Amino acid sequence: MGVGVHVEHLNAWFGTTQALNNISMEIAANHATAIIGPSGCGKSTYVRCLNRMHETVPGARAEGTVRIGDLSIYNGTSATQVRRRVGMVFQKPNPFPTMSIYDNVAAGLKLNGFRNRRRLDEIVERSLQQSALWDEVKDHLRKKSGASLSGGQQQRLCIARALAVQPEVLLMDEPASALDPISTGKIEELIFQLKENYTIVIVTHNMQQASRVAEFTGFFLLGELIEFDKTEKLFTNPSDKRTEDYITGRFG
Amino acid sequence: MPDSGKKAGLAAVSIRRRVVDALATGAAGAAVLLVLLPLVAIFGYLLYKGFGSLNWAFLTQTPKPVGEAGGGMANAIGGSILILGLASIMGVPLGIGAGIYLAEFGRGRFADLIRFTADVLNGVPSIVIGIVGYSIVVLRQKHFSALAGGVALAIMMVPTITRATEEMLLLVPIQVREAAYGLGVPHWRTTISITLRTATSGVITGVMLAFARIAGETAPLLFTAFGNQYWNWNVNQPTAALPLQIFNYAISPFDEWRRQAWAGALILIILIVLAVTAVRIAAGRGMLKGVS
Repeated sequence: MGVGVHVEHLNAWFGTTQALNNISMEIAANHATAIIGPSGCGKSTYVRCLNRMHETVPGARAEGTVRIGDLSIYNGTSATQVRRRVGMVFQKPNPFPTMSIYDNVAAGLKLNGFRNRRRLDEIVERSLQQSALWDEVKDHLRKKSGASLSGGQQQRLCIARALAVQPEVLLMDEPASALDPISTGKIEELIFQLKENYTIVIVTHNMQQASRVAEFTGFFLLGELIEFDKTEKLFTNPSDKRTEDYITGRFG
Repeated sequence: MPDSGKKAGLAAVSIRRRVVDALATGAAGAAVLLVLLPLVAIFGYLLYKGFGSLNWAFLTQTPKPVGEAGGGMANAIGGSILILGLASIMGVPLGIGAGIYLAEFGRGRFADLIRFTADVLNGVPSIVIGIVGYSIVVLRQKHFSALAGGVALAIMMVPTITRATEEMLLLVPIQVREAAYGLGVPHWRTTISITLRTATSGVITGVMLAFARIAGETAPLLFTAFGNQYWNWNVNQPTAALPLQIFNYAISPFDEWRRQAWAGALILIILIVLAVTAVRIAAGRGMLKGVS
């Protein structure tokens, strides 16, 4: 089941450059929240702060309060613990190149010490079904490498891999920007179904995509959260001039 | 008229392109031939000179005393396998470990120092490495030994393997590591099961290059393994090795020995090729296995 995410006074830096400025946001459980904004506005940095991936970049750090459900992630919790509860799907599909399809999906569990084979089989099947890839790959799970799939299939494989560790929140950093329209459509359909069980935060450059999949949308500009509202409201009747300029294409 | 002029111009361009293309392809082909030529020449000459002395006795018998015909290098072949095995057991894990440190954990001055040291060590003449092996093992043990030879060769392996491992690990895209971090896999586990695994074939190439290089080394063994006319499997005893045997026989005044030196060189090359091929096949089989 998804949980809500509570963000309060979040600041992030790359070295001495501040990338996020005092962000506060309440992300609703079992809904999709879209993050939009021009390139370099801090969208990716923001979602990467929600599972502590931000700090894997040398010299990067973050401060503030982020709670995943009731787990305060910048407060003595280990980063690996956080990442098991907050899954991530990246912009470019990144299956493990040396592993079979099965092992890609099972990787998160196996590498964290999970050994029960029967359970693994079940989880792999369930995850691939959730990511709508099962029918396409069920006949060569162990024979084909994850890298041999098409781009769109690879991305769904990465989603299955993220789902296999049963996270509560799924972060998607422009998950469809490297895909063709058909694959993009599949990913969007998927987001709709996944909302039932997960809380989804999706970064996107595509405003139509945001309006299609997300109930809530946040607009970022120069490291600040300019406006955060129901998607419909933000796109039809924004309260900030800068949001309006951006969504009507006057800048960005 | 302008139209036909344009066509003629295009035709000229097209001819020029074709000529340049043919020249470039020809030059690349010639370069390949030039690179392959010494290899083929050496191997061919070894076959020509050595094949005649190659027989079952050569592969199964120890050397005969001077003046007696026959005998072989079986003990040297065994000794080489023993010494190379010892060197690999010590050198490969150390080299890969240091490479992992440099690529994944090494930051700042200390890592730069290790990198610099490895590069310098790579350039140290092998005879000097032999003296190092002599002073740290032979002097202490008070006698020559296979172990001393193994230590000397291991020292030669380490820098090559370290730098190759580092380079190969750094080639693994950051996206692949991030995928593992994103699943909550700790850094050390990611390094072993994801990064190193993805870089396996490159790391193996580095290891095999280092192995092939030390397999033919003579100088480091002169004051360490020393050589032996008889069988020896005791790591604490002087041991024969193919390069040593080849060296001793090649500078000897006896025709029979010099012929055997050629055969020994041929066997040495064949053994290296076999070892490299076997490792490649074994590694290739393991590639698509899952997370261990």
